[in-house]
Amino acid sequence: MLLIHCPYCGPRPELEFSYGGEAHIARPSPPESVSADDWVAFLYLRANRRGLQAERWRHVRGCARFFNALRDTTTDQFLATYRCGEPRPDGGGSASP
Amino acid sequence: MADATAWLHPLPGATRLSFCGDEAAQDAAAAALGLPSSAMPCRAVSVGGRASLWLGPEERLLLAPLNERAQLLASLEAGLAGHAHSLVDISQRQLAFELRGPNASLLLNAQCPLDLALEAFPVDMCTRTVYAKSEIVLWRTAADRFHVEVWRSFSDYVLTLLHAVARELSARP
Ligand SMILES: [Zn+2]
Repeated sequence: MLLIHCPYCGPRPELEFSYGGEAHIARPSPPESVSADDWVAFLYLRANRRGLQAERWRHVRGCARFFNALRDTTTDQFLATYRCGEPRPDGGGSASP
Repeated sequence: MADATAWLHPLPGATRLSFCGDEAAQDAAAAALGLPSSAMPCRAVSVGGRASLWLGPEERLLLAPLNERAQLLASLEAGLAGHAHSLVDISQRQLAFELRGPNASLLLNAQCPLDLALEAFPVDMCTRTVYAKSEIVLWRTAADRFHVEVWRSFSDYVLTLLHAVARELSARP
């Protein structure tokens, strides 16, 4: 079974985890002055990359924490996992949260 | 259990509290329980009949004998005053049993994907995990002994599977 390295618990079996979509998507603010197009981008538009992608994962059947992971979507290889709030370790992608 | 190399028996009803809080609140809760404070991931600390199981960086499962419930809640309430926290009585939500014997980890591993070798899952290690499709909390209390917490409504499912696995093991040539 694929092992995923939880930043809190260490290496754990894949089926304890759930996928949480693309990471580092900042909620636009302040909400009252956000345009409809920006809301659409925040809510629905995802890069769906072929290759290296930063993703949210949750160790739902373990410590229940969300964290971020760098995963290659073509090989399913996890290159790194890191806690929410930490920068993307390869420096790629767009900035923050 | 048919297989003579593992024994399963239900544990008596207990006081179970789900606790969440930051480090200061965790220390205060441990002090109120009379337990040493510990932030070590996936480890349980226990003294006498009381235990605090690390389930997440901010989450603990607190266990104590059933008749200590009122006293425990009072000392926790006093000790946690001024600390932001959540404390929920889940005594009736789940039940516990003990699995003991040289084949205990084998029985668990039939439906639980964790590495239960003693080096990878030492005594006092505890975690939320799965047994087949049911969530459980697993706590190794001795080299050949596990404490298993399972939600009441899932207990039939887990125990039926454990007995099925035990039958298979005992039928092995
Ligand atoms: Zn974890």
